[in-house]
Amino acid sequence: MSVSATWYLTLAAVLFTIGAVGLLVRRNVLVMFMCVELMLNAANLTFVTFARRLNDIAGQTAVFFVLVVAAAEVVVGLGIIVSIYRRRPGATADDLHGLKG
Amino acid sequence: MLRVAFLIPLLPLAGFVILLLSGRKLGNPLAGWLATIMVAASFVVTVVVFAGLFRLPAGGRSYTQNWFTWISAGHLHVNMGLLVDPLSMTMAAFVTGVSALIHLYSIGYMEHDEDFPKFFLYLNLFVAAMLLLVLANNFLLLFLGWEGVGVCSYFLIGFWFERDTASSAAKKAMIFNRIGDAAFLVALFLIYERTGSLDYHTVFSHLGSVGEPSLVAMGVLLFAGAVGKSAQIPLYPWLADAMEGPTPVSALIHAATMVTAGVYLMCRINPILYRAPDAAHVIAIIGAVTALLGATIACAQNDIKKILAYSTISQLGYMFLAAGIGAYDAAIFLMLTHAFYKALLFLGAGSVIHAMNDDQDVKTMGALARLMPITAVTFFIGWLSIGGLPVFSGFWSKGDVLLNGYGFSPALWVVGALTAVLTAYYLGRAYLLVFRGQQRWVEARKPGDRAGLKPHDPSWVMSVPLIVLGALSAVGGLINLPIHPDLDFLDRWLSPVFASRLFQHHWGLGGVWTFALIDAALALLGVALAVALWGHASERPAFEPVVLQRAWYIDWAYDRFIARPSTEVAIETSSVVEAKGIDGAVNGFAWLVRSTARHLRKVQTGYVRNYALGLAGGLVLVLAYVLTRAS
Amino acid sequence: MTHVLAATIPDAITFVMAAAICVVGALGVVLARNPVHSALMLVMTLFGVAVLFVEEDAQFLAAVQVIVYAGAIVVLFLFVIMLLGVDQKEVFQRDPLPAQRPVAIALGILGLVEVLVLARGRWPSGARSVSGAIGSPASNVSLIGRSIFTTYLLAFEVTSALLAVAVVGAVVLARRPRHSVGGNEDSTGPVAEPDDDLGGPDDTEPEGVEETIVGSGTPRGESGDIKTSGSLADVEVTGP
Repeated sequence: MSVSATWYLTLAAVLFTIGAVGLLVRRNVLVMFMCVELMLNAANLTFVTFARRLNDIAGQTAVFFVLVVAAAEVVVGLGIIVSIYRRRPGATADDLHGLKG
Repeated sequence: MLRVAFLIPLLPLAGFVILLLSGRKLGNPLAGWLATIMVAASFVVTVVVFAGLFRLPAGGRSYTQNWFTWISAGHLHVNMGLLVDPLSMTMAAFVTGVSALIHLYSIGYMEHDEDFPKFFLYLNLFVAAMLLLVLANNFLLLFLGWEGVGVCSYFLIGFWFERDTASSAAKKAMIFNRIGDAAFLVALFLIYERTGSLDYHTVFSHLGSVGEPSLVAMGVLLFAGAVGKSAQIPLYPWLADAMEGPTPVSALIHAATMVTAGVYLMCRINPILYRAPDAAHVIAIIGAVTALLGATIACAQNDIKKILAYSTISQLGYMFLAAGIGAYDAAIFLMLTHAFYKALLFLGAGSVIHAMNDDQDVKTMGALARLMPITAVTFFIGWLSIGGLPVFSGFWSKGDVLLNGYGFSPALWVVGALTAVLTAYYLGRAYLLVFRGQQRWVEARKPGDRAGLKPHDPSWVMSVPLIVLGALSAVGGLINLPIHPDLDFLDRWLSPVFASRLFQHHWGLGGVWTFALIDAALALLGVALAVALWGHASERPAFEPVVLQRAWYIDWAYDRFIARPSTEVAIETSSVVEAKGIDGAVNGFAWLVRSTARHLRKVQTGYVRNYALGLAGGLVLVLAYVLTRAS
Repeated sequence: MTHVLAATIPDAITFVMAAAICVVGALGVVLARNPVHSALMLVMTLFGVAVLFVEEDAQFLAAVQVIVYAGAIVVLFLFVIMLLGVDQKEVFQRDPLPAQRPVAIALGILGLVEVLVLARGRWPSGARSVSGAIGSPASNVSLIGRSIFTTYLLAFEVTSALLAVAVVGAVVLARRPRHSVGGNEDSTGPVAEPDDDLGGPDDTEPEGVEETIVGSGTPRGESGDIKTSGSLADVEVTGP
C-alpha cells in the first residue's frame, strides 16, 4: 500500500467538487464564500502534491502566494458583503440580480 | 493644320457647357445664335482639317491624335483620341454643315417656346456626341458618342415632356436603342477578347488571327447595335413615334445624323465584314427588306412627319443594303445626299406645320404652293431628289446603290427597284396633298380669327436653310458621277479607307447608262402614279389600306406580345419578389437578429449562481477536451 | 537525487484519516444550515488539509495554513457572521432557480469523473528542481524562503502591495455612509441611516474647514465625494 500521488489528487478533486457544488447550490452568501475557500484548499493540495512529485519547491511557493491572495480576497469580499447587507439586511445571493438582462 | 482637329467636337461641347451655365440668362434668341455659331465654327474647322487632309498624299491620309489615356486596366488600354481620315472627315463635314443649318432654322422654329435655351443646349450636346462618334479612333470612344447621341435623342424627343405621348415616345426610343446597345457591348467584349485591343488600327491588323465564327459574331452583333440606332427591322418602331419631338430634332437626329451612325459603323468595320461574308449578307438582306417595308408603310400615312419617318427607315435600308454588299462608298454617298434632301423635307414640313398652327395631317392641307412658294419649291426639289429623278443628287446616289446591288444579286436589285418606285410615289403623294389640289382648310377672314389660318413662308432664319439644302439636294450628286472615271471624286476620296474590300462591279460605260435610264424610268413611274392618283383627289381608301396605315400591325404586335407581358412581369416582381421576397429577407433578417437576441437575453438571469453554473459547465467541457487529448 | 518516500503503513493510515476529516468537513460546510456550523466545519477541513501538508513534506505550509487560514480567515468569517446576524435558516427544500440543483450536482459528478480519469494518466515530468529540490538537506522553510526572495521576488512584492490595497479597500468599503445619497439600486431595501454615524470626530468639524477632494481613482458609483481633512482616519465616503 503506497500513498501515491493519485490518492492526494483524488482527494483534492473530491474537495473541489464538493466546494463547487456547494457554491452552486447554497444561497447564503457567506456559505458560498466558504465554499470558494474549500476550492482554494483543494487547489493548494494539488500544488503541494505535485511539488513533492516533481521534486520542485515552486509548488509550495505557489501555495504560499495562493494563501496570501486568498486572505486578501476574503478581506475585500467580506467588506463587500458588509456593504451589501447594510443596504439590504438578509439578502441572499438570489436577491442580488440587478444585472438581469 | 491637322492639329486643330480636336476643336471639331470641342466647340459644340463648349457651347453646351456655356448654355448649361448661363443659357437662361442669354435667353431668346441669343442662346440660339451662340449654339449656331459654335456649330458653324466647328464646320469651319472641319473644312480646314479637310483641306489639310487633302494635301496629304492619297495613300497616307490618316492622322491620329491621342489626347490622353482614358482607361488603363491590366491589358486594356483605351485612349481618348481622334482619327482623321477620309471617312471620318466626310461624316464630320456633313454633320457639322447640316447641323449648323438646322440650328439656324431652330432659332426661328422654337421662337415661341419658353424652353428655348434648353433646346439648343441639347442640340449642341448632341452634335458634340455625334462628332465624337465619327471621329473616334477606337470602339469604346465611338460607343461613348453612340450612347451620347442616344441620350440626347431621348432628351430631345421628350422635349415637350408634359405631353404623355412625347415622354412615352422618348422612353420607347431609349428602350429600342438599348437593345441594340446591349448587342454592341457584347461585340466590344468579343473584339477585345479576340484581339486584345479596342483601337481600330490594332483590331484591324489582328483580324487575321481571329476565327471566322468570331468574326461573323462580331459583325452580326455590331449590326444589331446599328439596327437599334438606325431603325432597321426589327427595332424600327421607335422612329415613327420619335416624331413627337420638335421638327428640327426630327430633321437633325432622325434623318441626317444619328440614324446614320449605324451605317457609319458598318463602313468603319469593313475589314471585319470583308472577312465575314455571312454577316455582310445578313446586313444586306435586312437592309433591303426594311427599305421595302418602310416604303410600303409610308404610302398610307396621313401625318406628314410620319411619312418622312418611314421614308427615312426605307432610305436607311438602302444604305445598309449597300454596306452589306460591300459597296461602302455608295452607302456613304447615299447617306450624304439623303442628309441633304431628308433634312430639307423635314424642315419644309416644319414650315408647313408652323403655318398650319401645328396641324400635321396632310388631309387637312392643300393648295399651299402659292402661299408658301419657297417652302413649296424646296420641298419639290426634295421630292425629286429622293425620288431619284435625274439630275438631282438622289438620282446619282440611289443609282450607285442599285447599280452595285444588281452586280451582287439581281433579287436584291428587284427589291430596291420596287422601293424606288414607291419612294417617288409616296413622297409625290405627300407633296401633292400638301401643296397642290384643293384647299382643305379654312382661311382666316380677318386678323385675330383663331379658327382660320394664314399660311405664309417663314422668316429668313428658317428659309435660308431650306434654300441652301435645296441647292445641295439639287447639285449634290456632282461629287460622285459615275459617267466618267475622273468624276467620281467621293469614291476616290474614300477608297483608302475601304482598300481592297470594296465591291465594285465594273460595268463599263454602256452598262452605267443602261442602269441610269432604268433608274430614271422607275422614278418617272413613281411620279406619274402619284400625279395620276393624287393630283386632284384627296381620299383614296383603296390605296391607303388599313394594314399599311397601321404599319403592318408590327408595333401593335410588339405591344401585345412583348410590352404587356413584360409590364405584367415587372408588376408581379415588384409586388411579390420585391415586397415579399427581398424586403421579406431583409426584414426577416432583422427579425431574426432581434428574436435571437430576445432568446439569448434569457441567459443573463442576473443570478450569480447561474453564471457560476455556466462556468462549471465550461470547465467540464474543457476537461473533456483535455481528456480526449491526454489519453 | 530522487527523494523516495518509503511507503509505510502509518502513512497510509494517516492519509485515510486526514482524508476522512477533510471530506466530512467539506460536506459539513455545504450541508449545514447554520452558517456558523459551516464555518466550524471549514476549520475541520482546514486542519485535515494541514495534516496532509505535513505528510507531503510541506511543513511550513502546514503551519501557515493553520495560522492564517484557520486562525485568521475563518475567524474573520465568524466575525462577519456575528456582526451581520446572518445565521437565519436557509430554505433547503426547494431552490428558487429552476434546474439549478440537479444540473449543479450532475456537473459536479461529471467534473469529478473527468478529473479522476485524468488523475490516472501519465504526467509530464517537468524540469527537475527548478527552484530547489525538496529532498535536499536544507529545511523546508529555508527552501521556501530562498524561492520567494530570489526566483519569485517580484510576485512577493506585488503580493505585499496587494495586501495593502486589500486593507485599504476593506476599510473604504465597510465604512458607514456619512449621509444618504439617492440610491439608484432597484432594491426596496431601506437606505442606511445617515445619522447613525459611528465616526466621532466628524461632528465637531465646521463645514468650512473641510476640503473637498474629488479623487479620480476611487470608485464613485452614483456620486462619491471624498472629503478629507486631516488624517486618514477621517476619510469619509458617501455612498458605496
